[in-house]
Amino acid sequence: MKPLHRILMALGAVALLGLFFFPMWSITLEAPQYPKGSELGIDIHINNVEGSRPNDLDNINNLNHYIGMKRIEPDSIPELKYMPVIVLVLVGLGLLVAAFGKRWMIIVWLGLLTGAGVLGMYDFWLWEYDYGHNLDPHAIIKIEGMSYQPPLLGTEQLLNFTASSYPAVGFAFIALGGLLAVIAWWLSRQRTTTH
Amino acid sequence: MITSRSFLRGCLTLIAALSLASCNKDDGSSGGALSGDAASRVYVAPGQKDEFYSFVSGGFSGQVAVYGIPSGRLFRVIPVFSVDPEKGWGFTEETKPMLNTSHGFVPWDDSHHPDMSQTGGVADGKWVFINGNNTPRIARIDLTDFRTKEILEIPNSAGNHSSPFSTENSEYVVSGTRFSVPIPQEDISITQYSEKFRGALTFVKVDKTSGQMDIDFQLLVPGFDYDLARAGKGPSHDWMFMSCYNTEQANTMKEINASQNDKDFIIAINWKKCAELAAQGKGTIMNVDYAHNVYNDATHSATSTIKKQIRILTTADIKGALYYMPTPKSPHGCDVDPSGELIVGGGKLATVIPVMSFSKMLKAIESGKFDKEIDGIPVLNYKDCLAGEVVRPGLGPLHTEFDGKGYAYTSMFVSSEIVKWSLKDFKVVDRVPTYYSIGHLNIPGGNSTKPWGKYVIAYNKITKDRYLPTGPELTQSAQLYDISGEKMKLLLDFPTIGEPHYAVACPADLIMKNSRKMYQLKENKHPHATLKEADTKVVRSGNDVHVYMTSIRSHFSPDNIEGVKVGDKVYWHVTNLEQDWDVPHGFAVIGANNSELLIMPGETCTLLWEPKRAGVFPFYCTDFCSALHQEMQGYVRVSNGGSGQVTWNKK
Repeated sequence: MKPLHRILMALGAVALLGLFFFPMWSITLEAPQYPKGSELGIDIHINNVEGSRPNDLDNINNLNHYIGMKRIEPDSIPELKYMPVIVLVLVGLGLLVAAFGKRWMIIVWLGLLTGAGVLGMYDFWLWEYDYGHNLDPHAIIKIEGMSYQPPLLGTEQLLNFTASSYPAVGFAFIALGGLLAVIAWWLSRQRTTTH
Repeated sequence: MITSRSFLRGCLTLIAALSLASCNKDDGSSGGALSGDAASRVYVAPGQKDEFYSFVSGGFSGQVAVYGIPSGRLFRVIPVFSVDPEKGWGFTEETKPMLNTSHGFVPWDDSHHPDMSQTGGVADGKWVFINGNNTPRIARIDLTDFRTKEILEIPNSAGNHSSPFSTENSEYVVSGTRFSVPIPQEDISITQYSEKFRGALTFVKVDKTSGQMDIDFQLLVPGFDYDLARAGKGPSHDWMFMSCYNTEQANTMKEINASQNDKDFIIAINWKKCAELAAQGKGTIMNVDYAHNVYNDATHSATSTIKKQIRILTTADIKGALYYMPTPKSPHGCDVDPSGELIVGGGKLATVIPVMSFSKMLKAIESGKFDKEIDGIPVLNYKDCLAGEVVRPGLGPLHTEFDGKGYAYTSMFVSSEIVKWSLKDFKVVDRVPTYYSIGHLNIPGGNSTKPWGKYVIAYNKITKDRYLPTGPELTQSAQLYDISGEKMKLLLDFPTIGEPHYAVACPADLIMKNSRKMYQLKENKHPHATLKEADTKVVRSGNDVHVYMTSIRSHFSPDNIEGVKVGDKVYWHVTNLEQDWDVPHGFAVIGANNSELLIMPGETCTLLWEPKRAGVFPFYCTDFCSALHQEMQGYVRVSNGGSGQVTWNKK
């Protein structure tokens, strides 16, 4: 790997730090009572779950009591403690890859990044499943067969709410990190030379 | 040549005789092409928003109504000087002090002239000031939450009509008395009017940041009836102009006796000079009583303070700061054009519209050539100050506003029309009928240096046959005219609350962007606030029972209370825990002798309830807050005697 490739790889690793500043995923909830522009939203950061606007999380929790969903309390989600560490480890490993300059290491790093991403999504789904299905038996609104699991990716109607779940800005930094690593890997491939 | 008086009398008789029949020549509903066009001009599609906010005085309702222009849709009635049980205004423990005066609690007034705060002569969207005419007061409405935040009583004034009329940067709002009275008040014969009665013109300082009002000084001037006012702008920035009638100083049958002089006055007040003299300690301090009521956003509560002193400046104290400009005849309006050079009088009984020149006025003052003096106030010569006259404008000119494109629009009460005339040559260029008998008119920003001259709105005194009848008491109304072209075009009639004396309007953006959505719970400093359900409680102290209650979709906490006794005073301190937009909760309890509570998110309100019989009584939420709103209710048990030990439930 030439200096350019190492730099690209290092930039790719550092790009992941964007996750400390931007949410990686957002769920928005639109309803007749919460029209576009005034919709409710949850932003998922690596270290926090918070409302898109100051009171959104409290308002979502308050509304969820009608269907018996438990309150979303960031303090009770241990992943929010692990995830920053995992990201920092990935950043560190990425910088090591750049330092050592071995191409195969890029593949390993990309593998770790993808693995972390897939595991993260699976974990996210598990939480969604838990919130959506594990409902208070004394809930005010009970509808036979109805659960309230928001979609993993995409849009779904949950009673009066249209729930949309999509990657947010932070996710673009993961994609950027991966892309830079792939470019570093591609540009640093051995080319047959005639010299 | 016929005299102006006989001409006028003839015209008045004619109006009386022909009355409305004469208006058939154009009844405003004819012209299909126009009405089709008009409909599209005022149509604001569902979900779309109006271009302008308009704040319209409620007249004898005492309130201010908020309309959208061009649709004419009513959004809100802001309670100001009159109680409003719907909003708990004047009934809750927090708002009762707002209506306190030196006469005690006054639940009503007559609100006439809204005026918006200005910066550099342009409406700035911060506050609307409005006068209370009957028990003289000025109120300030905060445009972030459309609530009355302050009411200041004006001592020595006997009818606050010439008010509030802000200066160019809202340094001051003013209060000129409509009725002159003995100052200080004394028990004397009414016939001593001319020697004993005085007029009080009060200058109220406005704090630039908080908007808080404070009486800076009061001028004691000859006992005329001070009617309307307008501050100078640009070159005339330092001056306030106030019209007055009854320069005859009649004390009875004023309709005749105060209509004898051919000319009355516009008084020109160099307020800057007066303020400087006041600051230097000129004049005297008079002992008076007046209430200053302030609503605090943090405590969600008002306090009323009775203040005791004001600074009085007599005409002798401020030589060279006051001048009378003769103005035909019984002037009402006294309006300054956007350049600040022209002052337009609106003589109710005049046959011309006089346009005075500020620069000529200054020259006349400099020349020292005065017609006479009244109580030390020089009376300038009419012709010396005159820029020109609008001749044969119509009958009963009242009030003028400006479009910023070189034209003035004057309302004509008697001939029931708006007359558009040029500020260049004072020639009438257009006229349109109003239905009927227009009082004031308003162009958004039409009183400022920067009019948004797209519409003129007529505020009428009579509607007669314009709407479906509702018995003897008919709706009052406004009419919207397009003035974007050469000819004025009637677009819309819309009904108004009370009597719409005057209005101010400004582009919606100016206000919308600062509109508050809720009160922050964490900033709630109400002494009886309950910021979370876990803290709810009921506390007895003697015969007072304080209920510290919360409301959130869809329950009260507590909702079962026992231990209240007949004869107790129960204070329901209800805090709305919601921090969500447009989720108020209400509170009502059976037999309450006051009103409901209507509590905004994050706010605390208190209702006093004095149960008169034993039993179990319900209370409930009155604002349909959620799907389980009907279930948002509770019970309070009232006992005859007993220990009075209060108990309550927790969720």
